Amino acid sequence: MAETPILEVDDLARSFDVSRPWLQRVLAGEGKRILRAVDGISFAIPRGTTLSLVGESGCGKSTVARLVVGLYPPSRGRVVFEGLELERARAIAEQRRRMQMIFQDPYASLNPRWRVKDIVAEPIRAFGMTPSAAAQQAKVAELLTQVGLSPLDGEKFPHEFSGGQRQRISIARALSSNPDFLVCDEPTSALDVSVQAQILNLMKDLQARLGLTYLFISHNLAVVRQVSDRIGVMYLGRLVELAPAETLFTTPRHPYTRALMEAIPDLEMTGRQRIPVGGEVPSPISPPSGCPFHPRCPLADDRCKAERPVLLPARGTEASLTACHAVEEGRDGGVPAAQRVGTTAIAL
Amino acid sequence: MSPLLEVRDLRVEFPTRRGVLTALDGVSFSIAPGEVLGVVGESGAGKSMTGAAIIGLLEPPGRIAGGQILLNGKRIDNLRYDQMRRIRGREIGAIFQDPLTTLNPLYTVGDQLVETIQTHLGLDVAEARKRAVGWLEMVGIPAAAQRIDSYPHEFSGGMRQRVVIALALCAEPKLIVADEPTTALDVSIQAQVIALLKGLARDKGTSMMLVTHDMGVIAETADRVAVMYAGRIAEIGPVREVVKHPKHPYSAGLMASIPPLDRRVDHLAQIDGAMPRLSAIPRGCAFNPRCPEVFARCLVERPALLATGATEAACWLYDPVSEKHAPEAMRHG
Repeated sequence: MAETPILEVDDLARSFDVSRPWLQRVLAGEGKRILRAVDGISFAIPRGTTLSLVGESGCGKSTVARLVVGLYPPSRGRVVFEGLELERARAIAEQRRRMQMIFQDPYASLNPRWRVKDIVAEPIRAFGMTPSAAAQQAKVAELLTQVGLSPLDGEKFPHEFSGGQRQRISIARALSSNPDFLVCDEPTSALDVSVQAQILNLMKDLQARLGLTYLFISHNLAVVRQVSDRIGVMYLGRLVELAPAETLFTTPRHPYTRALMEAIPDLEMTGRQRIPVGGEVPSPISPPSGCPFHPRCPLADDRCKAERPVLLPARGTEASLTACHAVEEGRDGGVPAAQRVGTTAIAL
Repeated sequence: MSPLLEVRDLRVEFPTRRGVLTALDGVSFSIAPGEVLGVVGESGAGKSMTGAAIIGLLEPPGRIAGGQILLNGKRIDNLRYDQMRRIRGREIGAIFQDPLTTLNPLYTVGDQLVETIQTHLGLDVAEARKRAVGWLEMVGIPAAAQRIDSYPHEFSGGMRQRVVIALALCAEPKLIVADEPTTALDVSIQAQVIALLKGLARDKGTSMMLVTHDMGVIAETADRVAVMYAGRIAEIGPVREVVKHPKHPYSAGLMASIPPLDRRVDHLAQIDGAMPRLSAIPRGCAFNPRCPEVFARCLVERPALLATGATEAACWLYDPVSEKHAPEAMRHG
């Protein structure tokens, strides 16, 4: 057995109470409304690798990111970081500094009234990591150089930078406490495509150099393919497929994963008729019974409507874990032929 | 066939306290009847600004400072507000990114459709309502006859965007300006909306100007594409040519930096640097500080669109008089 993973998540769930105020509820005679953002998911991330979570908006992927770093307490299940329960790990500064987060919007995540050098040095100060001001300054200069900025940029304010440069500042700040594990919540979705390429390349370089472990959250499958070792596909708060990156793209098994890949606009213009998946994502307040995907699934039968599927090794591609009765029973037509080749996607 | 829309040397300026910013500079293109023209570029390239100028909805203090916009051979860039109002909706329909801000939350979608149809087509209420139901059915809203009396907030994002499309089409305009129509939607819904737009444009023979930053959407929908950079058109041509064989170094870099879905690459091609601010557009070619092929002429003289094979590119590499020539093979992304 390999060494213990840096992060383990077991049956993690988080629900939010979105009920109306008590009096209105009583007058209208309605019950509480509970939104199950994340509903029982489990995964582990081995050291030095990248696990990506993909899914459409509202599938709960960002909630997982926040649960993993402890910004939300879980409603059920547990997060284990370096063999310690998250709550205990976070009580120890030495453990806490090893985990950092990069947010989606570099315009909102940097304090506009602070100079860049103070933003980058904040974790260093908070964890009391360097004794002298000079050492701190040297560290900030080193970090800024590492992310492709100039040490002189430390004197500037965030508004003097473009979106891509700001995201570099966020990365420098995240790296300043020498973390091992970074949670990246859509780090490139607010950026233009040429800048996105810069940031993805930077993140890959840093991972190779510093041995970082990433939990990468994204809705863009093409981006995810470039950075991941393993990929989890989420739908309505659950993992529907968890597979090695290459396996997921060459042989997607869950009907939702296949539909998602089918829906991506095709840069190669093979003129193929795409069959968009019908319907929309149901509300997580009243999710469908059984498999959450069954109202939109072409393979759904009575069992799918009644019984919730669990993640099992898929027939034919045992490396993929798939939560699907049809795959388990072999009703899905087995391992799909090699996916269409020569396709490129997606947003600039 | 004469073009439906013709934009000639369009220039849009924003007077500010620190001087006049030029947001669009010498933009020229045309759209034929029934044609879909895609406009791509990164944020701030001026693609939405071009759409806004055409439908006469430039945000003040922005103003058209030069050039002409012709619809069916008639100038529309110098019309008075009330004259332009008659053209918007009737002749040019508009679809914006966010369906929530396009629809009035205080009126049912039926009210909004009926008002538009009555205003532009002069029908009575009963007839207008019948048409409105027809349009909602056409854009794929289930149980349209009941849903017509719902308010915008009662629809999901994808359904709301369908209502917006119905609203843009219901006066049967010849041209639709669609500004990021699918950007706010999830991929599975996005595919449904693109298929719908494409089908309607084909069936009705409507021309469309499709503004988006998503190259995949353009590749699937457009006939021709214009790549914009810093308020100028860098390259324009048939979509297949621009995607497969981009000629301008910027379009080539842009295509290459799109992460591929079909394979993993160790290092994505990237264009170093960022697009210049409007207040600091360099002399000569706007792309020259980031261009891998830059040479002396690019620094001083601004290139016009030059024909190169099937596309036109604003790049001195394609001027036979230039000292430097790019071998054809080097120009691939």
